[in-house]
Amino acid sequence: MNRQSNTYTIIYAMVLVLLVGIGLSVVYQALRPKQEENIANDVKRQILASALIVPSQGETIGELYNQHVKNSFIVNSEGNRLEGNAFDVNVSTEFKKPAAERRLPVFECETSAGMKYVVPVYGAGLWGPIWGYIAFDANGNTIYGAYFAHQGETPGLGAEIESPKFQDQFKNKDIFASDGAFQSIKVVKNGQEPAEGAYVHAISGGTITSQGVAKMLQESLSPYTNFFKQLSQGKEVSK
Amino acid sequence: MSLKKTLLPLVNPLSKDNPVIVQVLGICSALAVTAKMEPAIVMTISVTAVLAFANVIISLLRNTIPNSIRIIVQLVVVAALVVIVDQVLKAYNYEVSKALSVFIGLIITNCILMGRLEAFALNNRPWPSFLDGIGNGLGYGIILIIVSFFRELFGSGTLFGCQVFPQWWYDAGYMNNGMMILPPMALIVVACIIWVHRIKNKDLQE
Repeated sequence: MNRQSNTYTIIYAMVLVLLVGIGLSVVYQALRPKQEENIANDVKRQILASALIVPSQGETIGELYNQHVKNSFIVNSEGNRLEGNAFDVNVSTEFKKPAAERRLPVFECETSAGMKYVVPVYGAGLWGPIWGYIAFDANGNTIYGAYFAHQGETPGLGAEIESPKFQDQFKNKDIFASDGAFQSIKVVKNGQEPAEGAYVHAISGGTITSQGVAKMLQESLSPYTNFFKQLSQGKEVSK
Repeated sequence: MSLKKTLLPLVNPLSKDNPVIVQVLGICSALAVTAKMEPAIVMTISVTAVLAFANVIISLLRNTIPNSIRIIVQLVVVAALVVIVDQVLKAYNYEVSKALSVFIGLIITNCILMGRLEAFALNNRPWPSFLDGIGNGLGYGIILIIVSFFRELFGSGTLFGCQVFPQWWYDAGYMNNGMMILPPMALIVVACIIWVHRIKNKDLQE
């Protein structure tokens, strides 16, 4: 047979691609359950990290999560509960909708320091998306802990939002002013202070990422205003 | 054929014909994944596995591949293997797969792979091709591991994530060198390795 003929070449290419295609789909199907479990565990780890719970040696994330996060629900910007599973809400797609239409997940996390309410935040850094989880005290105002992650910020600069040094600054900061207005958390340069409101220090050399964090907090937390207000008044979230 | 000659494809790439410092292939990923030792080692294993199997597959097919589409056939084989490695890592070592992110996918474009397939596997039988794949993968890996050793040690003060320098060093004023974390330092470390290597191998000097 002539190996250089067009017919041979086309048939060769088709058979090769078919075999490779079948092989890859078999691998994908076989490994998918395991991969989905890993992704879910990663989200659970981040939620727990915001509430300052870090698994010690030998503890699995799944068990630890079930131990601490007994309840989770979805609210809308009015503070009313919606149907659905909070864990399945895709924060990045919700973020693209107008605030009034967003489905806002809340995770109730029992910690040694009482009940904490964890909400997701999502925004843009310099090179790609940044996201995180913020745990609030039961007064719906004070931050108990914060966790941030990023896809591809510059190592040593923007990527420092992942460091405990940056995240620890958020502890005990209030997102509402004393008159009850939402003010978020400002991110300012080292050594400066804003005229009013709670603030943290930005990362030197990571200006755009730091600004991204400030914008992310402003835009992701403001839709929760009504929910936090209800929480602070000790009202059970209306069903 | 003597044993020594059979093993040449395995031994040569480790030093004399090293893919990174002599053939100057695969530099891009050598910069990207060497900030820490663990990803560097996983990358070594991944590249070695992909290269060895791709070499064997291409070597087995070498008499059937139509010349006009041989590069495409090589690419399909390499891409399929890389996707499998990526999927396996996502399932069994999620943390490392996150750290390596796009670089596993970019093994496809690693020049070492296409270079070895074109230069070796297309003209040799499966067994020497397999050895050539392992040899070049490890030769690439040695450089990655040396570079990541220095970068992690001086950049983060750790090895495999464990603290190496005692706390009192830091208290006495020692600081981690942030420059080591950034990609340019990988290039400089590679250059230092080439320097030392050339001193030892006079015949490679130009």
